[in-house]
Amino acid sequence: MRRLLFLLPVAIFAALAAWLYAGLGGDPARIPSPLVGRPAPAFAAEGLATADLEGPALVNIFASWCVPCRAEHPLLTRLAADGVAIYGIAYKDRPEAAHAFLAELGNPYRKVGLDEDGRAGLEWGVTGVPETFVLDGESTVVFKHTGPLTPDAVRRDLLPALGR
Amino acid sequence: MLALLLGLLSAPAMAALDASEMLADPALEARARALARELRCVVCQNQSIDDSAADLAKDLRRSLRARLLAGDSDEEAIAYLTHRYGDYVLLDPPLKPATWALWFAPAGFAALALLLAVRYFRRRE
Repeated sequence: MRRLLFLLPVAIFAALAAWLYAGLGGDPARIPSPLVGRPAPAFAAEGLATADLEGPALVNIFASWCVPCRAEHPLLTRLAADGVAIYGIAYKDRPEAAHAFLAELGNPYRKVGLDEDGRAGLEWGVTGVPETFVLDGESTVVFKHTGPLTPDAVRRDLLPALGR
Repeated sequence: MLALLLGLLSAPAMAALDASEMLADPALEARARALARELRCVVCQNQSIDDSAADLAKDLRRSLRARLLAGDSDEEAIAYLTHRYGDYVLLDPPLKPATWALWFAPAGFAALALLLAVRYFRRRE
């Protein structure tokens, strides 16, 4: 038994290597949001502020200049048709451009806040668009999705977080 | 004259920072710059917001300066950002149970290696 002790460093190394290797697979853009578990942050965009949010709901940060936002738009439209309350924040977007975007693709939002200078986005800890937050009935943030929504993410993460 | 000279000397180091962003009060500006060097530009992974020309880094610099102007201490200004972006914005990870492995593992491994080496050479004598 004692003679096998020389294997211990090898075993430790193998375990450490496996753990670090698994860490390489993660997406560095996926940063855990410190907002999860806390009430919706205090923010004020033009046309939308914290007091307007009535959970359970989604808060979707988008912009007309953001191509993935265009890709996820049909999903938001379907969710809205299913009765999910969605609030939009047009991050770093000119008001005319945001309005044109919604006129072209349809407006799935219950209310849209214009955040031309990105201050509201900062309150939400936004690093890029699109990002989608799920609020529960007490308007506590329960989930954050970074990047464009996919049918899979909606089914697996958003709907359960909304309690549906 | 002295201010001009200092400005000329430090100009090449301020590629990302726009002169229009800087605070009028030099002491406050110095604090803002020191803090900005400790904060990660969250979209560029390994650059500080002081170094980065990214749009978001600029926004974070602006809000950091706004906090300092509002009278925040360094700790309060940092807390304002970690509250929104998490510990991830700190280039220097804080010491807490979740990061113990990060902080103590290297020393732990070194100690373990020393212990094994001492035992090994003792036995050979």
